[in-house]
Amino acid sequence: MLNITLGESKISCQANETVLEALLKANIQIPYGCQQGVCQSCLMCSLDAAPPVLAQAGLKDTLQKQNYFLACLCHPEQDMTVALPEQQGALLNASVIKKQQLTPDILRLVLQYDAELTFFAGQFVNLQRFDGLMRSYSIANSPQHDKILEFHIRRLPNGQFSNWVHDELGHGTPLTLTEAQGSCHYLPGRMEQPLLLIGTGSGLAPLYGIINDALAQGHTGAIHLYHGSRNQDGLYLIDEMRGLTKQFDNFNYTACLSGACVAEQAIETGYAQGRAHDLALNANQNLKGWRVYLCGHPEMVNQSKRAAYIKGASLSDIYADAFLVSNR
Amino acid sequence: MSATPETKNATLFEQLGGAGAVDAAVDIFYRKVLADYRINRFFDNVDMEKQAAKQKAFLTMAFGGPHNYTGEDMRKGHENLVKMGLDDSHFDAVMEHLGATLQELNVPQALIAQVAAIAESTRNDVLGR
Repeated sequence: MLNITLGESKISCQANETVLEALLKANIQIPYGCQQGVCQSCLMCSLDAAPPVLAQAGLKDTLQKQNYFLACLCHPEQDMTVALPEQQGALLNASVIKKQQLTPDILRLVLQYDAELTFFAGQFVNLQRFDGLMRSYSIANSPQHDKILEFHIRRLPNGQFSNWVHDELGHGTPLTLTEAQGSCHYLPGRMEQPLLLIGTGSGLAPLYGIINDALAQGHTGAIHLYHGSRNQDGLYLIDEMRGLTKQFDNFNYTACLSGACVAEQAIETGYAQGRAHDLALNANQNLKGWRVYLCGHPEMVNQSKRAAYIKGASLSDIYADAFLVSNR
Repeated sequence: MSATPETKNATLFEQLGGAGAVDAAVDIFYRKVLADYRINRFFDNVDMEKQAAKQKAFLTMAFGGPHNYTGEDMRKGHENLVKMGLDDSHFDAVMEHLGATLQELNVPQALIAQVAAIAESTRNDVLGR
């Protein structure tokens, strides 16, 4: 008999019992559905022991790495402390150490945090203001930097949080943040796999982190980044990206402008004309065996996900982060 | 796919290669369905991961594997699509892709016929009749 800890509750799990069965028997309700590992409704995360391999069948590799598992398939091999995906809400303190304007609308915000935080570039955290107002932002840097997180924050019209960050948040102002979440990040292994990354606007933030992570870990396959915006004002880190293409033979960068009146001069200076995902997907007819990262506007993300899949990428190799705008 | 039709007493699911075969088939089948202009509008605005999970449950059933699908689930799940105009022609298109998927995986004709018969048995529930 093994012990399962979920929040305040400690329950016992008999041999031949799954974590889901043990929880339900103890009258602890968690979301579940098919009970055969298909619907993934009973997704949970182990906070200590690595879950049994069989309990991770069918999960994305990035989720497996973060010790996610399906309660209905999990016959524990040792005592486990588990959490539901949204329960990992511990708050950390952080303070601003840098604000830099990247475009008229997008700000680079660098925070220093004070406790232990495990994350991958490309995951997201929730940033919380003193009054509780909270928004999700993608992490643009890899963990090797010393307790620092970088975000690219776009000012939204009427965006309560983004306007506050742009206009009022000062150096040293305290903020809180939640633990990193999300499965859109780089994992080593299959280093020769070609990568296709498509981002619009501040969707470059996670991709920038993922690319630096992949290059630092020695990814050998071709890496193709398409970053798009309507006009030149919306693109950023262009020189840095062009610099990377000189430094790494396998890195390719296309800056895409989709606006109706793109100046001829822009095309002559190395910008491509068209929407980032159209250009990226037209240039690559067969994506079988590719790994694809999509970040930014939800419509772009959804269309591209489908198109990449139809062109042969397997669903488990498509990592997407749709930037949903809060209505609150 | 490790289909072994000559094995006596093996269930259809085992002959087709079990859960691994379902995974291989879902990848090909769902891609064919999404690329088909006759039916892909029914899959607009769906979460692709969730939809792939449903396709997997459906194919597991059609392969004679363990499932807890009921006719009632099939009706409820397709109710909105029937309102959007889902009819026999669309069901036929899906059947066509199922057959083509299995052929691509070199499944013997006799087993394809068995899978098709199971899938066919859901027609009236899917179309809400």
